[in-house]
Amino acid sequence: MYPEELHYTKQHEWVRLSDGAGVVGITDYAQKELGDIVYVDLPRVGAALEKGKVMGSVESVKAVSDIYAPVSGEVIEINDALSTAPEKLNESPHGDGWLVKIRLSAPGEISGLLSAEDYQKYVAEEETGH
Amino acid sequence: MIKKVRPHINQNEALLFERSSPGKRGYQLPPLDVPPVDPASVLGAENTRAEIADFPEVSEVEAIRHFTRLSTQNYAIDLGLYPLGSCTMKYNPRVNEQVARTEGLAWAHPYQPESLAQGILEVMAVLEQMLAEITGMDAVTLQPAAGAHGEFTGILMVRALLESQGHPRKKLLIPDSAHGTNPATAAMAGYAVENIKSNNLGMVDVDELARAVDQDVAALMLTNPNTLGVFEQNVTRIAGILHAKGAQLYMDGANMNALVGVARPGDFGADVMHLNLHKTFSTPHGGGGPGSGPVAVKQHLAPFLPKPRLARANDGANGRWTWNYDLPQSVGRVRAFYGNIGMHIRALAYIMAHGGDGLRNATLDAVLNANYLRVLLEPYYQLPHQAPILHECVFSDARQAQRGVRTGDIAKRLIDYGFHPYTVSFPLIVPGAMMIEPTETEGKAELDLFVDALVSIAKEIEETPDLVLTAPHDTRTSRVDEVTAARKPILRWAAPK
Amino acid sequence: MLSALGVESLESLFAHLPAEVRLNRPLNIPPGKSEYEIVDYFRARGEACAPPGSHGYASFLGAGVYQHYRPVLVDTVVSRSEFLTSYTPYQAEISQGTLTTIFEFQTMICQLTGMDVANASMYDGSTAVPEAAMMAVRLTGRDRILTSRTVHPEYREVLATYARNQGMPVDELDYLRETGALDLGQIEQKIDAQTAAVIIQSPNFFGIVEDVRRAAEIAHRHGALLIFVFAEAVSLGVLEPPRDADIVAGELQSFAISPSYGGPFAGIIATKEKFMRQMPGRIVGETKDTRGNRAFCLTLAAREQHIRREKATSNICTNQALIALMATVFMTVYGKQGLRELASQNLAKAHYLAGKLPLRFTGPFFNEFVVSTSSRAPDAINRALLERKIIGGLALGRFYPELDHAMLLCATEMSRREDMDIVAEAFT
Repeated sequence: MYPEELHYTKQHEWVRLSDGAGVVGITDYAQKELGDIVYVDLPRVGAALEKGKVMGSVESVKAVSDIYAPVSGEVIEINDALSTAPEKLNESPHGDGWLVKIRLSAPGEISGLLSAEDYQKYVAEEETGH
Repeated sequence: MIKKVRPHINQNEALLFERSSPGKRGYQLPPLDVPPVDPASVLGAENTRAEIADFPEVSEVEAIRHFTRLSTQNYAIDLGLYPLGSCTMKYNPRVNEQVARTEGLAWAHPYQPESLAQGILEVMAVLEQMLAEITGMDAVTLQPAAGAHGEFTGILMVRALLESQGHPRKKLLIPDSAHGTNPATAAMAGYAVENIKSNNLGMVDVDELARAVDQDVAALMLTNPNTLGVFEQNVTRIAGILHAKGAQLYMDGANMNALVGVARPGDFGADVMHLNLHKTFSTPHGGGGPGSGPVAVKQHLAPFLPKPRLARANDGANGRWTWNYDLPQSVGRVRAFYGNIGMHIRALAYIMAHGGDGLRNATLDAVLNANYLRVLLEPYYQLPHQAPILHECVFSDARQAQRGVRTGDIAKRLIDYGFHPYTVSFPLIVPGAMMIEPTETEGKAELDLFVDALVSIAKEIEETPDLVLTAPHDTRTSRVDEVTAARKPILRWAAPK
Repeated sequence: MLSALGVESLESLFAHLPAEVRLNRPLNIPPGKSEYEIVDYFRARGEACAPPGSHGYASFLGAGVYQHYRPVLVDTVVSRSEFLTSYTPYQAEISQGTLTTIFEFQTMICQLTGMDVANASMYDGSTAVPEAAMMAVRLTGRDRILTSRTVHPEYREVLATYARNQGMPVDELDYLRETGALDLGQIEQKIDAQTAAVIIQSPNFFGIVEDVRRAAEIAHRHGALLIFVFAEAVSLGVLEPPRDADIVAGELQSFAISPSYGGPFAGIIATKEKFMRQMPGRIVGETKDTRGNRAFCLTLAAREQHIRREKATSNICTNQALIALMATVFMTVYGKQGLRELASQNLAKAHYLAGKLPLRFTGPFFNEFVVSTSSRAPDAINRALLERKIIGGLALGRFYPELDHAMLLCATEMSRREDMDIVAEAFT
């Protein structure tokens, strides 16, 4: 369900490391909670993100949720395809539905994120808590 | 273009642009009694347009058929119960429509001399006085264009008062049961929002409030009765807590239909409130407006009311009415001119038709109707809060949700029974909320039919839930795809390429 | 019903209200009146006014509220119960009437203004202006607003009220004393890297047509947006649409909306497609129902207050649906040819009257213009006209101290030649 190579947050974002950069997205759990996503608001390329601060938002028909930067760094690429096909976030949250690529400014922050196993446990608790 | 005739008792209706044919017209202007002028020569060729591309061209008959056919695709109060909670969908008396079109009133220009506008100014002055009496407040402005606009005006006045005392403060307290306009208004007036939790009766938790009120709090925005229809039992204590710390009590008057003639916000500690003339005072909703949102205040806030203010001119005891612009502490204008006068006329006609006793009776009937629905529906739907209610009742879909049917589905099935749905999924503090406000307009027969419909739907959910999940079945338009509408927005017609 | 509730009286439904909050006396409001008495009361109040169009009074007032003929079809349509007594069309399946007419309204506003998208209407033109300014602030990430002094003075007052608590400083741009048009050099002087938008109105408050293209060019060169405001919608029947603007904020009163002493009216905001998601107010979109038929619904709701609460684009939650419907019917009745012919008549009447009077400004004008009243005070001229049952123009000194000997006059298709001749005499 949740890929081993990703690093997760309790706000339901994930980071995948590749070539010193981090690709950021939201988790399958998050997309299910939101329902049909109709619009994704992303930061501009070049924007400086700070871990834990709002970096954008996703909208469904009847809700809007903020996305929090899971790590700090500079945005070097955004997933333009989402502007015309926001449904990719529902269809492939851990793949084609990625949001932004970041050049990490504090790579050490990664070690503070959750593993797939820990995230899965966290989500299970969330669900039973409902 | 829709060409195919569908089997339905009234025809499909294409858009105006699809109905158009070049050269058709539905107007005739009188012949010009002055020499014609060439637009390009007096305005400059670069400033004039050749034509309005794709603008409609239809005959008068095509125009009237178009709008009349479309009208038949709407539900309306005049067709039956419209139980939208918090919206107060009551009958809109037709005499109001007629008097608002009185020639001398409807054709008055806002800049015509005051000596030639005394009739309108008197209507406004009388309405101000009556709204002050109904709310127990000292002064009223009719300028705001709608409820949310009134909220904005009221909060600006709170801010101006606090600034005059040295500091505008930083935040507004808003209960979690509040309408979404309250926090949006706070942001527009430059305040941060702090949410206050409701207790298990849906009321403000007074202890939590007492802890939250400090020197940074400008006001509490309180809806009373709240969005569960519950009267805030501790409202005078709440006002006391706020006033002791120099904060103000703002009352959202959206639910005033529960209180007129029975209790007055000015008597229970409110400092400032707005009214919705299109809710409590029967001006028509018109498919989403126009509204009107007068704001009533206590004396200490009166110097901050928007300008201009109606005043008596200094020419004798019963002097003529005049506009006073000399208001140095005013928050300024919140809109051009003086307000939605057409709505003021209708509201005054409503008040005159009812009189003091009639207004109170309307309140009693509205509260009776809500309580009647609550008692009859409680065996079938979960009632999350047991506190006594006034003008509306809120159920939850908890029992039906176990069968996979949610409040939105039940609402859609109500349409098949000939009723407009209740308010869906609000207030947010009740998961799966079904918020029902019948108003005083309905008699027992209509209420009983509505109960029958909801009881029947509860049974369908047990036996044939799919029937409810795919409703409505009998409308010209079935459930619409709101997701695609938002993902790939088409917000205007465009000529086929 | 009482027995179903197990109570003896209606009063007992209020027994739980604390004693100290209850009103223990009748409201001090006179007893209810009959329909006839109510009609009679308002008829008498109407007769205590002397409005343009009745009692044989002719009027040459404009200044943001215009006297245009209202086709009979307008009230016929808006008096239909289904339009008059319905709520906001949240339940699309039983609201296609309202939704379809709003979609048509949005389309016609785009056709008129040259914009890509329009909302379902705002309260009025005056409140559309600050909403447009706040939209520009969100779009640019800048906070400063420049507005021409030739924008309606009351619109600018409303802008000031909204701006005061938003950290949105507003600075004004002066006009050229000769032409009556905005001094474009003022934009160059005052614009800076914090300027979110430049606001101009055309025809401006003096009736003068502004150079939208050049104003837009200057604003864009400095990374700011151009907000185009209109108060006299009929002008769009002949004037080039403001295609170079980024946001259009306007007032539709001229489209069959009674003057009603200033309201209710309907405003609009229209913009380019790329700015759509920051546009405030309700919006209707096209979609399909489950049977595959075309249908309409409210859309892009995630911008609005009931979802986004304190982060919403605005706190606005009504549009002026019924008033917008009046404008929609008006635009339909006049249509492509009629709106142009109507605008041309306005132009001809105004130029006929202006031709007999000493004009204060030289710029091109539509149906309003400023007249110098050097020999007599404007109020004295208006008093003389009133004796002949004519309501004259607006004395401008009230809003522009430097124009205390100037009057703003307006002529529309309803102005008669003989009345215009009387006005011309009064100035000699």
